[in-house]
Amino acid sequence: MAETPPRIAVRRTYKLYVGGAFPRSESGRSYPVTSADGSHLANAALASRKDVRDAVVAARKAFPGWSGRTAYNRGQILYRVAEMMEGRREQFAAEVAAADGVSAARAQELVSAAVDRWVYYAGWADKISQVVGGANPVAGPFFNLSEPEPTGVVGVLAPGGSSLLGLVSVLAPVITSGNTAVLVADERAPLPAVTLAEALATSDLPGGVANILTGRLAELAPPLAGHADVNALDLAGAGGLAAELEELAATTLKRVLRPGPEDDWADADPGLARVRPFLEIKTVWHPIGR
Amino acid sequence: MPDTIPGSLRAYLHGLPGVDEVGVQRRAAGLATRSIKTTAKRQAIDLAIRMVDLTTLEGADTPGKVRALAAKAVRPDPADPSVPSVAALCVYPDMISTAARALAGTGVGLASVATGFPAGRTSLEVKLSDTATAVEAGASEIDMVIDRGAFLAGDYAKVFDEIVAVKEQCGEAHLKVILETGELVTYDNVRRASWLALHAGADFIKTSTGKVTPAATLPVTLVMLEAVRDYQAATGRQAGVKPAGGIRTTKDAIRYLVLVKEIAGDDWLDPAWFRLGASTLLNDLLMQRTKLGTGQYSGPDYYTID
Amino acid sequence: MEIFEYAPAPESRAIVSIRPSYDLFIDGEFVAAESDRRIVSVNPADEEPLSEVAAAGDADVDRAFAAARRAFERVWSPLPGAERGKYLFRIARIIQERARELAVLESLDNGKPIKETRDVDLPLVAQHFFYYAGWADKLAHTGLGTRPLGVAAQVIPWNFPLLMLAWKVAPALAAGNTVVLKPAETTPLTALAFAEICQEAGLPPGVVNIVTGAGDTGRAVVSHPEADKVAFTGSTEVGRQIARAVAGTRKRLTLELGGKGANIVYDDAAVDQAVEGIVSGIFFNQGHVCCAGSRLLVQESIAEELLPRLRARIELLRLGDPLDKNTDIGAINSAAQLARIRELAAAGEAEGATGWSPACPLPERGYWFRPTVFTGVTQAHRIAREEIFGPVLSVLTFRTPEEAVAKANNTPYGLSAGVWTEKGSLMLWTASRLRAGVVWSNTFNVFDPASPFGGYKESGYGREGGLLGLEAYLG
Repeated sequence: MAETPPRIAVRRTYKLYVGGAFPRSESGRSYPVTSADGSHLANAALASRKDVRDAVVAARKAFPGWSGRTAYNRGQILYRVAEMMEGRREQFAAEVAAADGVSAARAQELVSAAVDRWVYYAGWADKISQVVGGANPVAGPFFNLSEPEPTGVVGVLAPGGSSLLGLVSVLAPVITSGNTAVLVADERAPLPAVTLAEALATSDLPGGVANILTGRLAELAPPLAGHADVNALDLAGAGGLAAELEELAATTLKRVLRPGPEDDWADADPGLARVRPFLEIKTVWHPIGR
Repeated sequence: MPDTIPGSLRAYLHGLPGVDEVGVQRRAAGLATRSIKTTAKRQAIDLAIRMVDLTTLEGADTPGKVRALAAKAVRPDPADPSVPSVAALCVYPDMISTAARALAGTGVGLASVATGFPAGRTSLEVKLSDTATAVEAGASEIDMVIDRGAFLAGDYAKVFDEIVAVKEQCGEAHLKVILETGELVTYDNVRRASWLALHAGADFIKTSTGKVTPAATLPVTLVMLEAVRDYQAATGRQAGVKPAGGIRTTKDAIRYLVLVKEIAGDDWLDPAWFRLGASTLLNDLLMQRTKLGTGQYSGPDYYTID
Repeated sequence: MEIFEYAPAPESRAIVSIRPSYDLFIDGEFVAAESDRRIVSVNPADEEPLSEVAAAGDADVDRAFAAARRAFERVWSPLPGAERGKYLFRIARIIQERARELAVLESLDNGKPIKETRDVDLPLVAQHFFYYAGWADKLAHTGLGTRPLGVAAQVIPWNFPLLMLAWKVAPALAAGNTVVLKPAETTPLTALAFAEICQEAGLPPGVVNIVTGAGDTGRAVVSHPEADKVAFTGSTEVGRQIARAVAGTRKRLTLELGGKGANIVYDDAAVDQAVEGIVSGIFFNQGHVCCAGSRLLVQESIAEELLPRLRARIELLRLGDPLDKNTDIGAINSAAQLARIRELAAAGEAEGATGWSPACPLPERGYWFRPTVFTGVTQAHRIAREEIFGPVLSVLTFRTPEEAVAKANNTPYGLSAGVWTEKGSLMLWTASRLRAGVVWSNTFNVFDPASPFGGYKESGYGREGGLLGLEAYLG
């Protein structure tokens, strides 16, 4: 009697996340991803300029709906993302340990911090207006109110060296206020980003609000920075490209958050430092009369 | 003949464009900064004098007081014959015969308030007989008050019909309809009341009785000037505007003339189409006129108190 | 015989004494420039020279930054906020005391009517200093930190010379920064008068430095390595260049740039006030206003009623001597700007729009342009897309609120917009969808130091005014 052959495991395909769907790169390319210690983990999609273009289109399309939701609703959805991550924490922990080269215990801590960061920014959604905006006491018979609004489509370059916590720390503050994002994952450690995309897809986050690309920073960042329909850039992971990207962004006067030396992502209460750069303040005047 | 308004009066009046209070006040304040100097000031003062409805509406009015004021109306400055006469003398109905005798042959108009002035809280019969008495006694102009209570209660038809009836009673006399804007409060109401009065046949719309605060203001007058301007554009009929109450200085009067010029237009810069209801204003106009002539400031002792 | 026509009512220019030439203001003193280039500032209303100012060169700009750095480190940033505030209060008071003089000077140098400099510019300038003076000792309550950035490089435009100076200098100083400011080439004189006011206020030397000049000087100022912060108000094109120049540095940047503001009039609007708002929206300051309501979007169902009223109102505008107290429309600021306005107006005609202007006579000398309204304009016309920065209004129509908002937002700019309706919910619906930093509903072109001002998209970034105005100067 023949022995039962060993079961062959079903491996995951790591794909892009664009407009709520998981396409391969339109270029058909992929690239090998290795762990911090150099062993092969998987192949990730190698996104192209055209994938950047598609992601920007998806983000723009999602913007009116997402920014038009109530802040309460956005907060609930971000909280839902935290719930979805919690449910997959073992998967995240394993990927973070491999990607960041940390111990299993440290990886658990990083996953916890990432989950908590969603909760943190979920709570901000319906408080930003009250902290950043408000009524202004103008010297005349006018009701004058300043209110923050999301800037629009934000290009986000996820930081290196913190494949999940760093990623969440730059994505959540951008979308909590109603922006939509095109995020380029850490080139070296993109797998947690793809897993996050899968968590986002199973939360109630509308397709196109967060679009996640994996690939070469040097290939993806310039078209993103130069794209006229992108309103702002978070250069957290730009590295040596930061100056060039900022210059590209100047062509359409994008708002730019430069990489900061202090970006260690450990702070559990980062405040609005990563929220404010992607807000526009609208001030509305209205006469007070009979 | 009153105009025929299709559909309900309420729908019509509430269909007029709104008036933004802050906007109209800013426009009036902006026009108040017009700087009227030298020749323009001279023109303005003489025009303002010719537009004055010299008014006494006191319980203490006597024939003597009215005769003195009539003399002043005809020749405001006895020392200077170049000063024009005012437009009209405005008195209570019981003073008309006295005033008529004093003004006979002078060309100065004789206006009488009527219809239970100033509150207007009497029956239509009394209002009509009040009007008839005044016209019979020689009034060439009737200043009636509208029923503000009915207006504020939304009974526009009652206000309309009353104006129509009084207008009929006036015969040849010109009818000025006092809206008492200080009681209407909002500019929307002022606009609606203006159009209502115009459609009912008013020859003039007038801001105030002078017995309610606030009386005439620049923004209220501005809204009323817009009404007569637009009413003319809509119907072809020109009507006049009379702010009354609280206009005391030459500077005030000139600001009203600037409004007339820039809101209604030059066609209204005529006593036939714009009046200033006032009592103490006249002496200030005379003082400023002298100052322009002599270059020296004058004093109140040099003008008659009547 | 004339019944009542306004006579000339000129404000006396004797109140202001203009020196034949001005040096640079560096380290508390007027000092001769090392550069030997000079710029003549002319009165745009008669083309007569008013004065000659230095065109600061690189060495002059170096000196100014050195002075500002010294003052920042030794005097201004260590000074308690309350004391900094008192200097600003002093400046506010001196401006109030010298308001008429400054108003006349501004009208002479800029060409804008005295009515505006006297009733708008100068009161707002004083109020701006007064407002930020009070913040100087309250920075801990802003939620924006308390640390100043250092030396601010500031370049301002010619359309509101002294007011733009106030918008730049007051928050910078209140937050503890020192400044090197370059006024516009064609309007340097009130900034130099402000330098005298700094002296009169006893402001420590080097806290405010003013370097006059043209584009070269401006480039030297914004690209100076000692600048920790760059603040610019002006054209979107120059703003882009500055953003590129600043890329990759540690300099913080705020930009207040061009606009093509839509003024939306719904068919239930308070028509007479809407007409006023349209007029002030585009003809205030000859249309030299970045937030001008230069595109009138009128609901088709009311266009036929509104436009004749608008034309009748424009007929009343009095164009001429900026110093005449009854002048509504003054001179265009420069020959170059006049040429630009003419070019775009000609493009409007060439592209098939219909231009209309009142028959007002233009003075023989000076730079003038009649108030102009273009009808039959479509979104594709240059006059509907490009900032004209002059008294030229483009009229477009719309049918539904959705269309109004879509057309209003269909521009790379996003500075201002107007909404006219008597229906509150429609106002809020519209305002919430307009991608513009300032939305005036049932009013237009009103300003206040407590009210943040600034753009979306290519109209720039950062806000000036209010608590948020401090964000640009705190780190």
